[in-house]
Amino acid sequence: MELLEYGFMQRALLASLMVGLVAPAVGVFLVQRRLSLLGDGLGHVALTGVGVGVLTSSAPVGTALVAAVLGAVLIELVRARGRTSGDVALAVLFYGGIAGGVVLLSLAPRGQATNLDAYLFGAITTTTAADVAVFAVISGVVLAVVWLLGRRLYAVSDDEEYARAVGLPVLPLNIVLAALVASTVVLSMRVVGLLLISALMILPSAVAQLVGRSFRSTLYLACGVGVVVSVAGTAGSYYTGTPSGGTIVLLAIALFLVVTAGVALRDATARRRHGRQVEVHAAHPHEHGEGCGHRPVPHGDHVDYDHDGHLHAPHRTGTGTHYDEHDGSAHPPAAVVPPVGRERP
Amino acid sequence: MTDPAIRLAGATIGYGDVAIVRDADLTVRRGEAVAVLGSNGSGKTTLSRGLLGLATVLGGTVEVLGAPVGRLRERGRVGYVPQRHTVSGAMPATVREVVGVGRLPRLGLFGRPGARDRAAVAEAVEAVGLADRLADPVAALSGGQQRRVLVARALAAEPELLVMDEPTAGVDAASQAALADVLARVSAAGTTLLVVTHETGPLAGVLTRAVVVDSGRLTYDGPLAGAGTAGPDCHHPDEAARPPVRGYRLDQPRPAPDAVRLRHGSR
Ligand SMILES: Nc1ncnc2c1ncn2[C@@H]1O[C@H](COP(=O)(O)OP(=O)(O)OP(=O)(O)O)[C@@H](O)[C@H]1O
Ligand SMILES: [Mg+2]
Ligand SMILES: [Zn+2]
Ligand SMILES: [Zn+2]
Ligand SMILES: [Zn+2]
Ligand SMILES: [Zn+2]
Repeated sequence: MELLEYGFMQRALLASLMVGLVAPAVGVFLVQRRLSLLGDGLGHVALTGVGVGVLTSSAPVGTALVAAVLGAVLIELVRARGRTSGDVALAVLFYGGIAGGVVLLSLAPRGQATNLDAYLFGAITTTTAADVAVFAVISGVVLAVVWLLGRRLYAVSDDEEYARAVGLPVLPLNIVLAALVASTVVLSMRVVGLLLISALMILPSAVAQLVGRSFRSTLYLACGVGVVVSVAGTAGSYYTGTPSGGTIVLLAIALFLVVTAGVALRDATARRRHGRQVEVHAAHPHEHGEGCGHRPVPHGDHVDYDHDGHLHAPHRTGTGTHYDEHDGSAHPPAAVVPPVGRERP
Repeated sequence: MTDPAIRLAGATIGYGDVAIVRDADLTVRRGEAVAVLGSNGSGKTTLSRGLLGLATVLGGTVEVLGAPVGRLRERGRVGYVPQRHTVSGAMPATVREVVGVGRLPRLGLFGRPGARDRAAVAEAVEAVGLADRLADPVAALSGGQQRRVLVARALAAEPELLVMDEPTAGVDAASQAALADVLARVSAAGTTLLVVTHETGPLAGVLTRAVVVDSGRLTYDGPLAGAGTAGPDCHHPDEAARPPVRGYRLDQPRPAPDAVRLRHGSR
C-alpha cells in the first residue's frame, strides 16, 4: 500500500477511521429525534470558535470545541424553554455561527493561516500528530458516553414526553447529546469540513435504518458504514486528488442509493410473490368472517379460515380484502403482513 | 405510604396560560382503580398529563405519590401510556427495546439492565400477548399491537401509579379482555390505576370508581356503575332520588350544551 508510506496519509486515515466510527454513533440519536440538522448548526457555530482561535493564536480545535459545546447547551436550553421552536433556534445558530466565523477570520492579521476553505470543506492531509491525539481523546470520550448512556439517550430521543413523565432527566440527557454532537463536529472538522459534518452523522444512519431491525443493530451497522465510507473516501481521495470530505459524502450517498434500490427490489419481489398467492383463489364467493361457514382457526394475532383444505388469512389492503395462505405452522414473516401503508420487511 | 396516590385541590391545569381543567378536587387513595370518563375534548388527557408534569399546573395543588408534581419524583414509581396511538421512532427498534425503556427510570443514572429487568420486560410483553414478537421491529406490528407495546412499556416499570390514556383504543376484544386481566392482577398487587377511557365495558371488573370530566370540570365522582347510568337524558324511575350530579352516558355522545338546556326546559 503506497499511501501508507506517507506520514500525513497515516494520520489522515487514522483520523477518518475515528470520525467514521464516532459520527454515526452520535448521528443515530439525532435521526431518531428528527433533529438531523443539529450537527450542521453546531458545525456553523464551530466556525466562530475557529475564528476566535485564529485571532487569539490558540489552537482552533480547542476553541471550536468550546464554541460548539456552548452552542449545543444554549440550543437545548432554548428548546426546553419552549418559547422558540427548535427550528428557529437552529436557524439562528446556522447564520450567527457562520457569520461570526467569517467576520472573525477576516479580522485575522495578514500572513496567518486563515484558509477558510480548509475549515469549511476539510483538509485531512493537514492533520497533525497533535490533532490525532486530540481526536483520539474526543473519540474515546464520546464512545464511552454513548456506551454508558446509550439506552437513556435512546429513550429520550424516541419519546421525550414519556421520558419526562416517568422522571428520566430529560434536559441533562438532551444537553449531553448536544455536547456529544458538538464534540463530533470538531472531531470531523479536519476530515469532512464543517459544512459536510452532518452528512457523516446522518447518511450512515440513513443506510443502516433501511436494513436494521433493532436500534442496537442499526447503531452498529451505522458505525460500520461510517468507517467504510470514511476510510475508503479518504484513501480514494488520495488517488483521485479530490477533497476528502466531498469524496466521503458522495460515497455515502452512493451507498445509500444502492441500498435503497436493493431494499425496494426486495420488497417488490416479496410483494409479487405475495400477489401470486391470491391468483390461485381470485374468485372468492364471500368475505370470510364470523359465521361464514368456514372453520375459524385462531393464529397468533389474527384468525385464519379453513377453506377447501387450506388456511386463508384475510387482511385489508388498499384495494379490498386480500387472502394470504397460512399453513398453520409458521407465521408469515413481517414482510407479508406489513402495517397498512408501509410495505417493509 | 399513607400519602394518597393522587391529590388535586382546587387544581387548574392547562397549556401555556390557557386553563383547560379548572378547579379540580380529587383524592385517589393508594390501590384504588379509577376510570376517567368524558367526551372528546373535555380535558381527560390534560388532567392525566397534569399529573405527570406534562401539562402546566396553573393553580391549586397537584400532588402525586405525596410530592408536588414537577419535583423530580423518585424514579420508576409512575407508569404512563400516552394517548398517542403508535410507536413512532424514526429508527428501527424491537419490541424488547421499546418495552425496555420502561425499566430505565429504575436503573438510576448509569445502571445497566440485569436479569431482573429482562424478566420484567419479558413478563410485560407476555402480559399484552406479544411474547412471540419480542425480537420483531415495532414498525412491523399493527396499530393495535403497537398500542399494546406501549402498555407493556408502562407495565414493565412495575409502577406504584399507572396512568393510562385510552389503553384500549384500537385494541381488539380479546386483547382488551387480556388487558383487563393484567390490570386486575396489577391492581390486586397494590398499584393505583388511573385509566382514561371511552369504553368501560371491558375494564368494568377492574375499575371501581369513576370520575367524569365535562368541559374541564369534574362533574361526577363515585362508583363506576353510577357514572354509566345517571344523567339528564336517562329516564330512570329513581332519577328524582339521585343527587343532582350531572352524569354521563357511556353509550352515547353528549349532546351540545344548548341541546341539553333545551330539553331540560321542555321537561
Ligand atoms: N397542547 C395543547 N395546547 C393547547 N390546548 C390543548 C393542547 N392539547 C389539548 N388542548 C385543548 O384542551 C382541551 C382538552 O383536550 P384533552 O386532550 O384533554 O381532551 P380529552 O378529554 O383527552 O379528549 P379525547 O377524548 O379526544 O382524548 C381541548 O379543547 C384541546 O383543544
Ligand atoms: Mg384524550
Ligand atoms: Zn382459497
Ligand atoms: Zn369463509
Ligand atoms: Zn395465519
Ligand atoms: Zn395478502
